[in-house]
Amino acid sequence: MADELTPDEALDKIDYRPRSSSEPRNWLDTTKSVQIRPGMYCYAAKPESVETLGLPNARAWNPTDEDWKLPENWQEILHNGIKERLERFRTFKIFMDVCVRCGACADKCHFFLGTGDPKNMPVLRAELLRSIYRNDFTLAGKILKKLPGGQRLLGARDLTLDALKEMWYYFFQCTECRRCSVFCPYGIDTAEITIMGRELLNLIGLNIDWIATPVSNCYQTGNHLGIQPHAFKDMLDFFVEDIEEITGVNCAPQYQKKGADILFVTPSGDVFADPGTYTCQGYLILFKYLKEKYGLDVTWSTYASEGGNFGFFTSHETMKRLNAKMYAEARRLGVKWILGGECGHMWRVIHQYMDTMNGPADFMEVPVNPITGTRFDNAASTKMVHITEFTADLIKHGKLELDKSRNANRIMTFHDSCNPARGMGLLEEPRYVIKACVDQFYEMPPNTIREQTFCCGSGAGLNAGENMELRMAGALPRANALKYVHEKFGVNTLGTICAIDRAALSTLCEYWVPECEVAGVHELVGNALILPGEKERTEDLRMEPLPGVEEE
Amino acid sequence: MNQRYLIPLTAVFLLFLLAYTGVEGLGLQVVFGVLIPYLAVAAFLIGFVIKVKGWAASAVPFRIPTTCGQQKSLPWIKQNTIDNPNTSAGVFVRMLLEIFAFRSLFRNTKAAFNRHASNRLSYSWEIFLWVGALAFHYAFLVVLLRHLRFFTAPVPGCIQLIEYLDGIVQVGLPGLFISGPVLLLAALFLLSRRVLDAKVSYISQAADYFPLFLIIGIAITGIAMRYFTKVDIIGIKELTMGLATFHPHIPEEVGGLFYGHLFLVSILFAYFPMSKLMHMGGIFLSPTRNMANNTRAKRHVNPWNYDVPIHTYEQYEDHFRDKMIEAGLPVDKKE
Repeated sequence: MADELTPDEALDKIDYRPRSSSEPRNWLDTTKSVQIRPGMYCYAAKPESVETLGLPNARAWNPTDEDWKLPENWQEILHNGIKERLERFRTFKIFMDVCVRCGACADKCHFFLGTGDPKNMPVLRAELLRSIYRNDFTLAGKILKKLPGGQRLLGARDLTLDALKEMWYYFFQCTECRRCSVFCPYGIDTAEITIMGRELLNLIGLNIDWIATPVSNCYQTGNHLGIQPHAFKDMLDFFVEDIEEITGVNCAPQYQKKGADILFVTPSGDVFADPGTYTCQGYLILFKYLKEKYGLDVTWSTYASEGGNFGFFTSHETMKRLNAKMYAEARRLGVKWILGGECGHMWRVIHQYMDTMNGPADFMEVPVNPITGTRFDNAASTKMVHITEFTADLIKHGKLELDKSRNANRIMTFHDSCNPARGMGLLEEPRYVIKACVDQFYEMPPNTIREQTFCCGSGAGLNAGENMELRMAGALPRANALKYVHEKFGVNTLGTICAIDRAALSTLCEYWVPECEVAGVHELVGNALILPGEKERTEDLRMEPLPGVEEE
Repeated sequence: MNQRYLIPLTAVFLLFLLAYTGVEGLGLQVVFGVLIPYLAVAAFLIGFVIKVKGWAASAVPFRIPTTCGQQKSLPWIKQNTIDNPNTSAGVFVRMLLEIFAFRSLFRNTKAAFNRHASNRLSYSWEIFLWVGALAFHYAFLVVLLRHLRFFTAPVPGCIQLIEYLDGIVQVGLPGLFISGPVLLLAALFLLSRRVLDAKVSYISQAADYFPLFLIIGIAITGIAMRYFTKVDIIGIKELTMGLATFHPHIPEEVGGLFYGHLFLVSILFAYFPMSKLMHMGGIFLSPTRNMANNTRAKRHVNPWNYDVPIHTYEQYEDHFRDKMIEAGLPVDKKE
């Protein structure tokens, strides 16, 4: 937990009026004074993890040390890296050129709202890199930097070690949530800039361990948590036992089954940590139901046992290397299409990158739900369907028997995860599923949901333990909206469709709104779904008494 | 003293004085009335084209629109076809609204934190930046179009119509064109935000103040000429028509104020392509706005997609085969 700060102390620190009178007028003069502060940064990557994928400059280093053990020609590497990316990404080039610093994005960032640190204004986060772009890559910069005071006129600066450290610090205080991009009149996407920034930092070995180690695990073992195949099966077996105890039905899944209809991929967090585990049990119950009732053949894979992709937070290339497993496994098993579990950034990668990177997926069929006959034309090329699209379709066609009363203790609201909301537009599907499983549902205020949703504060690889002050500050806007509906409507459960959310929002609740807990959408499905041949349930998936059972 | 706005302010003053005294004192009408305007227009056109071609030369490897509404998925779920378009027609409407109505800016909110009372973060609709920006850009556009009167003979009907509408309040003599004062006031509003709003002030650089002062200078000199000093409009039209027809001609009666105005405009043109003002071109090419959100339906091709080393299933099975067999997991090779 945020060891040093209580919620009240954290709130005391918030001030949206940047700059005290003692500070320099121009932020360009504040770079040297940036302190990499415990609680706000993540530990450096372990060299072993960086080596697994052969990424550059693996070594032990510490962000708070003076010497970061950089390659001698690090400036040259970065310069060439920027140059290459300007050619490869039109987004990057345009976003470097067109910002007018209107300030519309300034108070849209959860990290700014939670910390008041002016360098967490999205525009300024981008300016950290833009100031170097202007200095080294524009005509005006090349001329003006030769004149005394010329750099200041343009807002340009040299790529010094201090500037590098400042960029590192702040690019790992961005969760790539894209909220600022919704409000930008030119659609400048800070996520894109952070992605480039981190990719550049990766070139000289400035990774954080919370990203590098999951990446290494995922590459070698198949998932971020490094769960080996037999252990993965053990964990699911454990869920199967729990479900059997609760429902009397054995929901054992299939693994690596060649010729199955559907390959199911979900983030490994759901296998590992509460409350994601209950969501995972929900999947098992759903697939069992569909198998029994309609003969749907779903397989899991221990090789492609990770939906999430921390490679996305490292570099485009690393993202591609990790993502490749999904299509590779679908091809090997000969499935018709892929179904994806509840996860945030996983779905940004699948929706906006996968087919382009590792496609075409012409060895599969256009996804059709064999039970309802619905053809998922929106996934015709990528051949991967989101589980809430799938379940919503089943419910709409009356194919699921749901007993809402088993969720009657839940007064729900829904947290739109950043990536499905702003990198996809998956807004109604999860709500539809929730409302089919739960009676009481209340939305949080409109400026905090749907495309304007606030990040959990721990996305994009920042859900480590050592940066808890940062995480809880970034979580404030979401927590504040949750607290509002908790107080107004008695909301006690925050629904979500993201594995990182399930972990991060639980910590958020504990810290800011202890009266609320977090549930994945398919946990609700798992509770409500009436399995063929089940015994009378007295407990929900959390092994807590079902509503109404206690009194009897 | 804040150098970030004092230097640009001084620069604009000096630029004006340079032209004014150059003409009044040294008789450099040809330089400020012919040579510099031609060079400025050339710099604008060439610079603009180079910049846009530079952007266009960069690849668009991924289709990554920012989605601001419901996606197209199941037939019974209503899609937001404008904020989350999956067709080019939808993208066209989205871009139209973005370019002509500043739709994203329209969403702007202002966050406030109420410590102690409720500890509540609240967000209110913040329309003023949108109003100011819209007023500024449209007033500027009207002013620019109105000025085409100086470069055309006979003046086309559409320009006359704009003039008629711009002067429809029928106040004063010569009649007031609303666009002039609106441009000036809107620019002053945008300037005041930069100075007074602590957040915007923090992010502002000299490069943000300079174009504002330049445009304010242009508006003031323009308004001064039309309503106060009453310059020799016939003479000016001789000069501008000379420029437009490539038969430059310097009239006798036109004074330094006009040349100051023209010089500031020239600076604006020349400065445009190398500055943030290029947002005018950039907005058309912004990949988060001008692409359809149909990546799963239609494959997007990355022109520089390259093969990467991956950890194959075979390597994985080789690594874990014994454990997999023991756990009862299927394997391709038994040993």
